[in-house]
Amino acid sequence: MIDHLPILQVIVPLLAAPICLILREAQLVRWFTLIASVLAFVISVLLLQQVQAHGTLIYSLGGWEAPIGIEYRIDQLNAYLLILVTSISSVALLAAGTSLHKELTERKETYFYVAYLLCLAGLLGILTTGDAFNVFVFLEISSLASYTMIAMGRDRRALWASYQYLIMGTIGATFILIGIGMMYIMTGTLNMYDLAERLPEVQQTKTVFTAFAFFMVGVCLKLALFPLHLWLPNAYAYAPSIATVFLAATATKVAIYVLLRFIFSVYGFEFSFSHLPLQEILVALGLMGIFAASIVAIYQNNVKRLFAYSSVAQIGYMILGLGIGSKTGLVATLLHLFNHALMKGAIFLALAGVVYRVGSVNLKAFAGLGKQMPWTMAAIVVGGLSLIGVPLTVGFVSKWYLVLALLESNWWPIAILVLLGSLLAVIYVWRLVEVAYFRPAMQDSAPYKEAPLMILIPTWILVLANIYFGIDTSFTVGLSEQISGSLFGVAK
Amino acid sequence: MNFLEQYNYWIVIVLMMSGFYIVIAHGNLIKKLIGLSIFQTSVFIMYISMSKVIGGTAPILNEAYEVYSNPLPHVLILTAIVVGVATTALGLALAVRIKEAYGSVEEDVIQEKDLQQEGSQE
Repeated sequence: MIDHLPILQVIVPLLAAPICLILREAQLVRWFTLIASVLAFVISVLLLQQVQAHGTLIYSLGGWEAPIGIEYRIDQLNAYLLILVTSISSVALLAAGTSLHKELTERKETYFYVAYLLCLAGLLGILTTGDAFNVFVFLEISSLASYTMIAMGRDRRALWASYQYLIMGTIGATFILIGIGMMYIMTGTLNMYDLAERLPEVQQTKTVFTAFAFFMVGVCLKLALFPLHLWLPNAYAYAPSIATVFLAATATKVAIYVLLRFIFSVYGFEFSFSHLPLQEILVALGLMGIFAASIVAIYQNNVKRLFAYSSVAQIGYMILGLGIGSKTGLVATLLHLFNHALMKGAIFLALAGVVYRVGSVNLKAFAGLGKQMPWTMAAIVVGGLSLIGVPLTVGFVSKWYLVLALLESNWWPIAILVLLGSLLAVIYVWRLVEVAYFRPAMQDSAPYKEAPLMILIPTWILVLANIYFGIDTSFTVGLSEQISGSLFGVAK
Repeated sequence: MNFLEQYNYWIVIVLMMSGFYIVIAHGNLIKKLIGLSIFQTSVFIMYISMSKVIGGTAPILNEAYEVYSNPLPHVLILTAIVVGVATTALGLALAVRIKEAYGSVEEDVIQEKDLQQEGSQE
């Protein structure tokens, strides 16, 4: 049983999805989905234990050894992200029943869970596989499922957002496919570790450069790196709340994993950063993303969209950390992956509560909510503080490491810019706080009740995680440092 | 002549760019999807081209032949074709729903209606 954990990680949600269709009854499906997701979480924890005890796990599908067969390969980086994705997915599913019941019609609820599980299976597949083409297939499974989830939003703009995401996402995925095809032409293998061995022989050919360029642009489209982020704000703003929680916290993180895996493990740090101006590109785009997206966020009136733009800015921080090209920089990126998922998970779950009671996420509708929904608003405030990077929250930890890495490399002007970027976060969070706490409630409406417990509890699980991992950093920092060390070790 | 020897790759590039251009330049949702399909098809042709071994036959074991084409890219691209079909189907389904909700499949009309809706909410 223990030997088969890597494949079970993917198979459990993948098989649970069609079973949902057979169960049909929304209430039944809800608990079934939760059980499947929690099971996946347990598997990911076991996997991390195994990896910590025995080193990298290798699982050959059907007993066919790589490079002929497909292998699943779990090292610390994979295990770290597997835990992140499955835990956020389980917490979001706790709230899903209540929130979806209000936002979707019953007939759609079952289908939503099916799409959710398929998306989860796709993301976990990307994280476990050691085969480049497999990455593409799982990427498309998760993408197609997420287009479906987004299109289920109440507003008709959700359809339009989903369509735009579909077009851009497919272009991105096809670019990845072109990149993988060119790598195969040059090396005759698809296994990532086999690729890593054979690519250096043909490193100087134009085909390999082109393959790298196609692949990177495709992945950057998927992870919504500025200026390829155009699909993201509307998709997050109009998707059903639970879909937003799940996608905002996990989907872009998994795309960043693909980026890290190919830069470090497949092409090697040397090739990516020395032969190509990747460093300059990543740093420039990361910084532009931080500023452009934060400034646009300030002017948003739809709060979900405001935080969606803030996500684009936060991705900028992660890419900046990667662009520094030092161990500490990579630690900052890895920490921010985890921490950003906690912050945005908490904030979007709290917004799910607001949607449930108020029915709108327009900034005006927040007037007076500080008194009427104190717990929900407190959750948003803690999440917001974390976004800014106030001490005792997770946001502080990752910003600390990012600034540390910048200073280590003597890039202090950029460190100042990062701090200025945080000030922009203060402005957009403050706009919301001001309306919620200092503006009187609208006269004509009855006071709103606090969000239902089934949404409030998962929200606060994430809020407390925000504070816990902000104080006790041994798990996240320790693991990130180990991962960063091993990624740079592979590169040499 | 070198240029004509690899004519299949030139076809790939022409198809890829025309597909990509259609996706960007056209405002009609259905036309965009057609462009997307052409774009994807070009990649299928690229994979099939690279699996061809000169003088090779279909990869079925037979004593009469010694050189076979590489079957792996064929298998890969079968998967990619399925993915492409699923994407097109989902895209078309969305286009139908958009037509029902907005009464149009033209990008500029939809964006205008969205702007009006946002304006009325202010």
